[in-house]
Amino acid sequence: MPPLAQRNLFHDRVRLVVTLTGIVFAVVLIVVELGLFVGFTVTTSGLIDHSGADLWITSKNVPYVEQGVAFSERKLNQVRAVPGVADAQKLIAHWTQWKRHDGGEDSVQIVGFNVDDAMEQPWNLVEGRVEDLKSPDAIILDELYKKKLGVTRVGEVFEIGGHRARVVGFTRGIRSFTTSPYVFATFKNAQSYTGLHEDQTYFILVKLSPGADLEQVRRELLGRVKDVEVFTTAEFSHMTRFYWMFTTGAGVAVLIAAVLGLVVGFVVVAQTIYATTMDHVREFGTLKAMGAPNSYVYKVIMKQAAISAVIGYVVGMIVSVFVVRASQEGGAAILMPMPMAVGMFFLTLAMCVGAALVSINKVTHIDPAMVFKG
Amino acid sequence: MQPVIAVRQITKTYAEGSTGTLALRGVDLDVHCGELLMLMGPSGSGKTTLLSIMGCILTASSGSLLIGGKEITQLTEKQLPAIRLEHVGFVFQGFNLFPTLTARENVELMLDLKGVAARSAKKRAAELLDQVGLGGKQDSFPSDLSGGQKQRVAIARALAGDPGIILADEPTAALDSHTGKNVMEMMSELAHRRDRAVVIVTHDSRVLSFADRIVKIEDGAIAGNDSSHLEPVAGGILSHSFLQPAVRLA
Repeated sequence: MPPLAQRNLFHDRVRLVVTLTGIVFAVVLIVVELGLFVGFTVTTSGLIDHSGADLWITSKNVPYVEQGVAFSERKLNQVRAVPGVADAQKLIAHWTQWKRHDGGEDSVQIVGFNVDDAMEQPWNLVEGRVEDLKSPDAIILDELYKKKLGVTRVGEVFEIGGHRARVVGFTRGIRSFTTSPYVFATFKNAQSYTGLHEDQTYFILVKLSPGADLEQVRRELLGRVKDVEVFTTAEFSHMTRFYWMFTTGAGVAVLIAAVLGLVVGFVVVAQTIYATTMDHVREFGTLKAMGAPNSYVYKVIMKQAAISAVIGYVVGMIVSVFVVRASQEGGAAILMPMPMAVGMFFLTLAMCVGAALVSINKVTHIDPAMVFKG
Repeated sequence: MQPVIAVRQITKTYAEGSTGTLALRGVDLDVHCGELLMLMGPSGSGKTTLLSIMGCILTASSGSLLIGGKEITQLTEKQLPAIRLEHVGFVFQGFNLFPTLTARENVELMLDLKGVAARSAKKRAAELLDQVGLGGKQDSFPSDLSGGQKQRVAIARALAGDPGIILADEPTAALDSHTGKNVMEMMSELAHRRDRAVVIVTHDSRVLSFADRIVKIEDGAIAGNDSSHLEPVAGGILSHSFLQPAVRLA
């Protein structure tokens, strides 16, 4: 077949730019909206997903990680006594107040953990070490929130919950879904910062022995430890995500924006591809008059759409990568995991081909007699 | 001799609101191989409608159309493209070349529709362009060709399908008199040397001398059928190779 589809696309550079701009816009819009949704979703459960634990033990009826209810830390020994439990550690995740040098206050979420244990350590450290938290009043926070909390460098001293706190390190990219940044500290310091009684904890994290049956251990825990609930990390992560995404307005808003992004993206692509096809409607009429069956014309249109999709996707993803990278410095995380990037290719292809189908419907009804009209 | 096109009591009504416009009223017409027939008539008389029906582009409201002895009016719309592809080559007033394809690719497109393999199509397209005197313009885009050259490409394209019938709608309307004459000489050669049935709709009185027969249409009906005045056309611009019998493509 002579390269009609390719030529139709590349012959008119202005039309090509308009077509590709439409597709690129749609790709970037969808990536940003979906990326925001993914970013928000992942951020809500980031603390859980990075815990390294197999099971989370909470008080009864705790709907999500930020809503932990304190319980006696004596349960820790009961947990450790359950066969199949290799390790169990207390964890505090609770809100408290941060006092800036200018006298203003901000809410933060203290994460108190056992520094000597692998579970729930801060990740992506860019300054300082986890061991530095062992020094008196030490805390680590994310560099994203330096400005918000009035922090400029390691060594600065602040006040958290009425207690002294000294910055010993920074992480990168540990975002909080709420407006309250995570502040990592030893369990003991965290007790002070949050005002938690000495014999209490908010969560117990469990690491299973190699080969242990997770469900069996969970049943044992529920049988031996009273008034608690035991969730797998995946379950608790899902509960937390679900809470923030679907029971709060913020999550639903992001979800609606993502859906709107898809719809608007499709409409933009549909209009663009439709206009490109209609630009050549007289030629398609000529093809039909020459004796081309509809399938031949469809092939040309679909090829045009597929080529547009591939180019639009590549350019759109290049732009998207810049947007995603830029967002890492900002307050809202836009994430583009590999499955999403791959999925975007097929979505772009589907949008372009779908839009082409709309215009094909129009082309099907071209009267080949139009070729005789001047 | 059996006509290659036989039109019998063809009517065509265009729907228009609750009523309809009668474009053709019981037209009868035979066209034979080796004949150059011109359809003339005022605007709106129905000549292009008749041409479209003969080219299986439009379906008649009633009547019968036989192409090569085969009844067409009973065929579905899906079956008509194959008839066009096999029997009819079109030459349009506005050339209707694909602006994004070169002259050779325009011709190749027709060969592709006929199912000719790419390599053979390329060779055959080059030959056809050579035959219409455009051997040196094969890689030119339509925008780089003159009106006459474009029409020659269109003729080469129409011939690529090796059709028995060539239907042309005002092929000289967009051309100056000299170029128009050249194109008509080419059409004449197609009819008289290559035994094609050539039907031309025209308003151009300068080209009437090329006709074997002139059919006048008025108000959707044949008003006159005249071949008495005509003289044989001599000479032509076609190269020797163009005068060779058509190569059967399929």
